[in-house]
Amino acid sequence: MTTPAIPEGVKRCPTRQFTLWLAVVGAVLLWGVYAMFLIWYKGLNQTGMNDAYGFALWIWADLAVIALGGGAFFSGFLTYIIGKKELKSIINYAVIIGFICYSSALLILALDIGQPLRGWFIFWHANVHSMLTEVAFCLSCYFAVLTIEFIPLVLENPKLDRIPFLHHLSHNMHEVMAVFAATGVFLSFFHQGSLGGVAGVLYARPFAYREGLLIWPWTFFLFTWSAAAVGPCFTMLVTWLTEKITQKRLVRPEAFQLLAKISGWMLLTYMIAKIADTWYWAAVTAPSKGFSLMDFYSNNPVYGIWILIAELVICGIVPALILITRKGRENKRLLVTAAILAVLGVCINRWVMVLQVMAAPLLPFQDWYMYIPTWQEVATTILPVAYGAILISLAYRYLPVFPHEKELNPGQ
Amino acid sequence: MFPFAFEWVWDISHLVFMGGLWYALSIIGAGMTYCIIKSLIDTVADEAGEGGHGHH
Repeated sequence: MTTPAIPEGVKRCPTRQFTLWLAVVGAVLLWGVYAMFLIWYKGLNQTGMNDAYGFALWIWADLAVIALGGGAFFSGFLTYIIGKKELKSIINYAVIIGFICYSSALLILALDIGQPLRGWFIFWHANVHSMLTEVAFCLSCYFAVLTIEFIPLVLENPKLDRIPFLHHLSHNMHEVMAVFAATGVFLSFFHQGSLGGVAGVLYARPFAYREGLLIWPWTFFLFTWSAAAVGPCFTMLVTWLTEKITQKRLVRPEAFQLLAKISGWMLLTYMIAKIADTWYWAAVTAPSKGFSLMDFYSNNPVYGIWILIAELVICGIVPALILITRKGRENKRLLVTAAILAVLGVCINRWVMVLQVMAAPLLPFQDWYMYIPTWQEVATTILPVAYGAILISLAYRYLPVFPHEKELNPGQ
Repeated sequence: MFPFAFEWVWDISHLVFMGGLWYALSIIGAGMTYCIIKSLIDTVADEAGEGGHGHH
């Protein structure tokens, strides 16, 4: 159906069907909101966290969505700064996905700090020796950049576009978007890196600790690299899912192919660096602290050597090899499989760097310390997924997200 | 944090961290200010019949 609020020349499902879909996803959202209010009202005792687990499911979710949202900054960098025009077909969607990921990360942080009303302390009473301060600064600023990148798209809604000032504002923001995109790349480099740096500087936790360059541990660079490699895979995956649900072609094949190729090479080079880092850590760094590799992968019910193989080989090398070969990229099933594996790989990496770090014993008389999240933590972690589904649905319905949709679906 | 806050110390850490924050915020603020002012000028010019931008 078409209404004045729906972009010209494209078809969308009937309002009743759309409302029903929103109601289903909205129910999941409300469950998360209920858990969120319990946490804010009753406090962090609603979580499974304790003195041993100051970082838990939320921080993993934060790190994971920030890495997956990396598609926005990297696609923006390729489109506006390198000048890859093919990506214009997908850049709007990459920005929306990035916006959802970063707003979700900020929401989770608002829960995690326990006292959200004091959230501004980190800006005013900043600890300038903390990598997390840098993360907070860059995350907030980059969210502002993503909002600015999202606004012109919102203003292109047919109803809003009729208002002269908003029409000009959208046009003028497009004109200077390269400046915002460059600022976003600068901010992303530092906050993605510093999230890795937080783990790498923990010299009292040999599972996480890494050597590095000047003040930056190798994890600083690995986190940025992995986000740039896997972020576009997540963008492709969500786009493919949207195409399946809407039963339409939304993005030109060349945009997919280019993004997959760049992502594949980024992933392969990342994996080489990551394996080198793991080997050096296992052979030199950890033994220098009195640990062997298998100390970190035995005597516990969950963390076996399988997790390392899954991260590095199955969800690392395999998708990279698929994505760098033309045959792999051109086969949609293989392409999607590679994207899923890459996304899983980065999620495993963030899990390991947050939760396995906390679980591993530090002293000979200590045991592994396992953690089980409460339903409130699970509900608030699922909340961003429901929120993302709603925002994507609204954006797809009312905004011209895919500039080539009309051309790719001529029979509409 | 501004240099007039009681916690401020004139050292390299404060200069780099807070300088970076204000630098990024300045670019974002200046960029948006430019867009808003230019849009106002374009809108007024349109209304005055002096022409304006076409659809992009």
